[in-house]
Amino acid sequence: MDKSQDTAQFVAPPWVEEGSTFWFPVQSSTVAPQVDWLFHFILGTSTVFFLLIVGLMIWFTVQYRRRPGAPLLESPHHSTALELTWSIIPAMLLIPMFFWGFIGYVEMRTPPEDSGDNEIRVTAKRWAWLFTYPQFDGFASDTLYVEEGKPFKLTMISEDVLHSLFIPAFRVKQDVVPGRYATTWFIPTRPGEYTLFCAEYCGKSHSDMLAKVVVYPAGERAEKLTRVIEIEEKETPPLERGLKLYNRRGCAQCHTTDGTAKVGPSFKGTFGTQQKLADGSTITVDDNYIRESILEPNAKVRGGYRAQMPSFKGQLKDSQIEDLILFIKSLNEDKK
Amino acid sequence: MATATITTESGSGGHSPGRNYLNESSGILSWVFTLDHKRIGLMYLVGVMSAFLLGGTFALALRTELLTPGPTTGMTHDMYNQMFTLHGAVMTFLFIIPGIPAALGNFVLPIMLGAKDVAFPRMNLMSFYLWMGGALFFVLTLFLGGLDTGWTFYTPYSIDTNTSVVSAVLGAFVLGFSSIFTGLNFIVTIHTLRPPGMTWFKMPLFLWSLYATAIIQILATPVLGITLLLLFAERTMGIGIFDPKLGGDPVLFQHFFWFYSHPAVYIMILPGMGIVSELISVFSRKAIFGYRFIAFSSLAIALLGFLVWGHHMFTSGESKMAAIVFSGITFSIAIPSAIKVFNWLATMYKGSISLATPMCFAQSFIVLFSIGGLTGLFLSTLSTDVHLHDTYFVVSHFHYVMVGSTLTAFLGGLFYWWPKITGKMYNDIQGQIAALIIFVGFNLAFFPQFIMGSRGMPRRYYNYLPEFQTYHQLSTYGSYVLGAGLFLALWVLVQSLLRGKPAPMNPWGGNSLEWHTSSPPPLANFEHTPEATDPYDYHANKYDPAVGGYVPIPKAQKTVDPYGGIE
Ligand code: HEM
Ligand SMILES: [Cu+2]
Repeated sequence: MDKSQDTAQFVAPPWVEEGSTFWFPVQSSTVAPQVDWLFHFILGTSTVFFLLIVGLMIWFTVQYRRRPGAPLLESPHHSTALELTWSIIPAMLLIPMFFWGFIGYVEMRTPPEDSGDNEIRVTAKRWAWLFTYPQFDGFASDTLYVEEGKPFKLTMISEDVLHSLFIPAFRVKQDVVPGRYATTWFIPTRPGEYTLFCAEYCGKSHSDMLAKVVVYPAGERAEKLTRVIEIEEKETPPLERGLKLYNRRGCAQCHTTDGTAKVGPSFKGTFGTQQKLADGSTITVDDNYIRESILEPNAKVRGGYRAQMPSFKGQLKDSQIEDLILFIKSLNEDKK
Repeated sequence: MATATITTESGSGGHSPGRNYLNESSGILSWVFTLDHKRIGLMYLVGVMSAFLLGGTFALALRTELLTPGPTTGMTHDMYNQMFTLHGAVMTFLFIIPGIPAALGNFVLPIMLGAKDVAFPRMNLMSFYLWMGGALFFVLTLFLGGLDTGWTFYTPYSIDTNTSVVSAVLGAFVLGFSSIFTGLNFIVTIHTLRPPGMTWFKMPLFLWSLYATAIIQILATPVLGITLLLLFAERTMGIGIFDPKLGGDPVLFQHFFWFYSHPAVYIMILPGMGIVSELISVFSRKAIFGYRFIAFSSLAIALLGFLVWGHHMFTSGESKMAAIVFSGITFSIAIPSAIKVFNWLATMYKGSISLATPMCFAQSFIVLFSIGGLTGLFLSTLSTDVHLHDTYFVVSHFHYVMVGSTLTAFLGGLFYWWPKITGKMYNDIQGQIAALIIFVGFNLAFFPQFIMGSRGMPRRYYNYLPEFQTYHQLSTYGSYVLGAGLFLALWVLVQSLLRGKPAPMNPWGGNSLEWHTSSPPPLANFEHTPEATDPYDYHANKYDPAVGGYVPIPKAQKTVDPYGGIE
């Protein structure tokens, strides 16, 4: 878009960040140039009208200031032609604003076909954002990692109240309403780090609900994000990793840690115990049984439960299963 | 007839000091139970100005807190959230919505019609006490743990928070009735009490604007009432309309809320436009240009105002189609507003323009309303709104419209009718200085907010990134200047009460009926039932230095000197 060049000419005041213009932060998504361009178009039109109005007002005030003794001048009290003119001309100018705004909006709200390949799940919760990356073994982070030139689609849910995901550099904003999925998408165009804000008031720490957005240069995301994951894994104690996985990968949706049964049995104090299976036989809950249940959940179903658990084969690495087993074991120690 | 008695009793006769509505009876009870629209208007005036003072104190505290990114004044997150909520709620529900109609409108509407009172004086008093009741609920909210939902009460936060949502909701609910009563009274008064000869198109434009406002008050306010009742039921009984945990829909609340609150924006601005139409005409001594266009544009704004609420929800996930339709209708509302501005300018053309204090406010209005209105275009445009929504750009836009425009119109009207209300003249030069300081302070306070908003500063933030600090500082200093200007204006008015010269009947040369009675008016408004006049005929009076105001030109002399002398 060559229109972006126009807007870059607006000089930024000295105290603002490099790369940004007077009215806007840096442009770093494909929709940004058109938003900025339209903004400046409206600004130009408005400025012309504003100067016209204020100019006429000042001119008349000076020209026709009250002079003692001067007689009142006569001028028409209405003129249909004049009034229609100044109704119709502004109306005509509003049509392109409306039209370009609508075109841009439809684009913002229509994710390209291939954006689903790079889906990121977003959970908004007072007062933090969590980004989950299905393509990276469900790795989850409070930083949004994306890549220059690729479309990313965000599927968002709120766990409590209204939030709104706002990335000024991308000119993207979407409310996240509890009880329904919200989606938005973008193609980043400029590697760097940006801020993501919560724009819908959500209570006490609303103004601290920020997150970092990292845009990697084209082709570097997979490699760099893998390294981030490795480092994070190395730095997190195994037990904590297990707990995180347990929550993120949805184990908690069906299994509790407090002894109450949900869709599946609770894990509280079960490690090492003998349990009856649906077919009447008995097994010991040990490392092997847990591993098998994660990979082939329907091979040995516990008595009283139905075979409903999905397989995590290919989705969890051995080391992750290891962490999960450690976590489940720890639930036993709690009891003692 | 009652009017006749007043004439004989007044002794000195004419408009010189005698009996008027202020000294007709005395004692606190004569005010508490008064059915006189002028006294009720005055009580409203004191009420809304106290509310403004309270809301203004919150505003200065908020702005001071925002001087630096982190904590500045020792105010915590929670205190900040409660303070911006109460600032917004008090300013909106207690000041700006009732401000012009209930305080100034109550005072001048019947006099402009040559009537003795509004159609239903008891209902009028009732509406004042409902306002007081609503105000008390708000004050009660402060003591019952505050309120931190924002004045919009968005669900599900408003169901979840442990602050005192219930008392605030009841307060707003009661205020709604007050507003409906005022609107109803005005509509009936305008329909039934116009004097013989005053056709609809001979009515002063301020009355047209109050009429259009009253339509909105009656039609939109019940929706707010029902919404608040539902919220009340949701909070106390968990009926599951808005709470997603119970299968409700939070966005439904937004629809309900804005279905009232968007038209409410026009409750705030239309009466202001009406005042400005009067001021521009009187202080230019030129009949208002395009009377019918102005009158009809008020109605058009009132009606279109009902169709645009969805433009508050472009990012909430409403369908693309809905967003496009709402955007289109929103643009169409810009046109009647533009028409008014051009008509005001055309009125000034070849006028005899005096920059007396009320005119200074009217001209500030034109500038600030233009900025407020034009920045609305950025928000009606779908793709730019996505970026600007819920940022300081919006905060600035609505302050330009609600404060920059409505507040200046209110002040213009207050200074214009002050001599009529109190019978005292104020120091015009000090008034002009106050108007100038208010104008400068306002722009310094709010213009930087446009820039920080489009640069990405979200609203309702206690903390912010250091890169926004310069803008916040400018804004805070501007708010101090604005505050100083407002206090100066108050001082000018108080001074006039203490040592102002007695006001003549017609200090500005207006020709609507309120300038045909003494200042302050007698209890029944007129000593003799007045005849309808052309409110914009400035050949009907001329300046008389001996009186210090305008006096009617005798009929005989009129034929000799068709233009009448002016000051
Ligand atoms: C002395 C002048 C004023 C100043 C300095 C001021 C300042 C502020 C500030 C700092 C906020 C919070 C913005 C945010 O974080 O979102 C705010 C919000 C608001 N103000 Fe004002 N304000 C002033 C006068 C007024 C007046 C006269 C009105 C209405 C008549 C008004 C109506 C509102 C409303 C409705 C809100 C939104 C509250 C909310 O977000 O819930 N303000 N104002
Ligand atoms: Cu949030």
